[in-house]
Amino acid sequence: MASHRDLPAGLVNQLFHNTGSSSFTEFVAGYAPELLPQRDKVLATPIGDQVPHATTIVAATFAGGVVMAGDRRATSGNIISQRDVEKVFRADDYSCMGIAGTASTGIEMARLYRVELEHYEKMEGRTLSVAGKANRLATMIRGNLGMAMQGLVVVPLFAAYDPDRDEGRIFSYDVAGGPYERERFDAIGSGSIFARGALKKLYRDGASADDMVMTLIQALYDAADDDSATGGPDVTRKIWPIVSVIDADGYRRLTEEQVAGYVEQMLEQRLISPDGPIAPLR
Amino acid sequence: MSMPFGYASPEQIMRDKADYARKGIARGRSVVVLQYEDGILFVAPNPSRALHKISEIYDRIGFAAVGRYNEFEELRLGGIRYADINGYTYDRSDVTGRGLANLYASNLGRIFTESIKSLEVEVVVAEVGDTPDGDAIYRLTFDGSVFDEHGFAAMGGQADAVATRLKERYREGMPLADALEVALTALTEPGGERPPVAQLEVAVLDRNREHRKFLRLTGARLERLLSQVSGGGAAAQEPAEEPPGAAPGEGASGAAGASGAAGASGAAGASGQATPPPTGPEGDIDDGSSPL
Repeated sequence: MASHRDLPAGLVNQLFHNTGSSSFTEFVAGYAPELLPQRDKVLATPIGDQVPHATTIVAATFAGGVVMAGDRRATSGNIISQRDVEKVFRADDYSCMGIAGTASTGIEMARLYRVELEHYEKMEGRTLSVAGKANRLATMIRGNLGMAMQGLVVVPLFAAYDPDRDEGRIFSYDVAGGPYERERFDAIGSGSIFARGALKKLYRDGASADDMVMTLIQALYDAADDDSATGGPDVTRKIWPIVSVIDADGYRRLTEEQVAGYVEQMLEQRLISPDGPIAPLR
Repeated sequence: MSMPFGYASPEQIMRDKADYARKGIARGRSVVVLQYEDGILFVAPNPSRALHKISEIYDRIGFAAVGRYNEFEELRLGGIRYADINGYTYDRSDVTGRGLANLYASNLGRIFTESIKSLEVEVVVAEVGDTPDGDAIYRLTFDGSVFDEHGFAAMGGQADAVATRLKERYREGMPLADALEVALTALTEPGGERPPVAQLEVAVLDRNREHRKFLRLTGARLERLLSQVSGGGAAAQEPAEEPPGAAPGEGASGAAGASGAAGASGAAGASGQATPPPTGPEGDIDDGSSPL
């Protein structure tokens, strides 16, 4: 803590102490470090299997923006611990993140990340660049490496609209950080291999937002089809994937009714062709 | 101020400090904050594009200030830290304008009594609620006094004259364009020229927005709003003049205009000594009946 002499113009509250940086995390580390996730503790026993895990997130760009979607299942080992968990979070007006891995750690990270972006924006009077946002998230994930080694792995997928380029951008990460910028589409989580396979065949360059939402719904269904930890659309309980669209107008999350419309359309087709749309061979 | 070996009474010291602060604040241009139908509007004539007088603090809370830039900037940054840390510790809905106003008040008050120089700032903390009843505008002066304003607040160099003009024209539940017109009229001396659009800093806390309610109105958007008013200029003026009634209303506004002009010229010379803040040394004695 700084002495009062470091504080400007006689302000005595430490809230007025200027850390010399616009980072919220950096300020909290000095002001109330116990609020930050404790990353350096060693767990007596790895608890990775016992806490809920979030699974599949997919994202793809379209002409002038990006879409992100996530299923609603959280699992602890072979148990479904939650059917309607939310794994896609608004980060700021032009970006969002989806989390895979330990749900609690991921939710906490998303909450801190949102404050981090907003804090910078308010302090500096400008929004961080997309690359700046992606780098900041990488640092936060690297900070979690110790916990990840003990089973509390969290790996996010980050998507943002870049106003300088007028296009959507996708960044993926690994347990040690990143970021790795992805062209066109990407998927993370246990069902990602199946989702990525579907996206490979269904992705169309220059598609509309509407088409790209449908593509992601199809990819999530394919992931749920083959991966036990990914939840498909729950028709009886009316639980649909979470779909977020970001374009020049900013972030918007599709309403339940909107997503239900896409899902019903897809299910209708799948009754005839259970493996989904067939990509042309030549 | 106090001489090396002389004695100065506490009253004298406080009065000197208050005069010093008031003179500093009086040099700046005024800022107006007022309620409109969808929230709260901030208007500040500000030739600088880089140094803001108006800022977002949190989802529902905005900040406006006059006086020394470096001093109120520290307050602004501290306020953002306060809001973000509380929202992160608890929940976003647990950050209130009242809490922020109290933080500022305690700091301003302590500096006023303990430091050689008090801060030369006046601050408004405004919070927008789900309904107009939930809106709050707190005005804080350099000595840490908090005023819970209803509907509108004016501060800065010619705050009294501006507040008088604002009071005459302000109505509850005005549309945004009308509220902006009222604010600009209040900020302009009678017969004076309005600041050009490029030198206006305008922002709103709009209760209908999602997530973050604060929005800066700039460029084309602001010009469109202003043209809405000047297009229907007469229409916007009329309802404002109507409520006071026929002859008395006209008389009152005429008289106020004259006194406003007199106040303005007086303020430049004597730093508005006519009506000091209530808790200032030469103001009313605090008998515990003040709002906060």
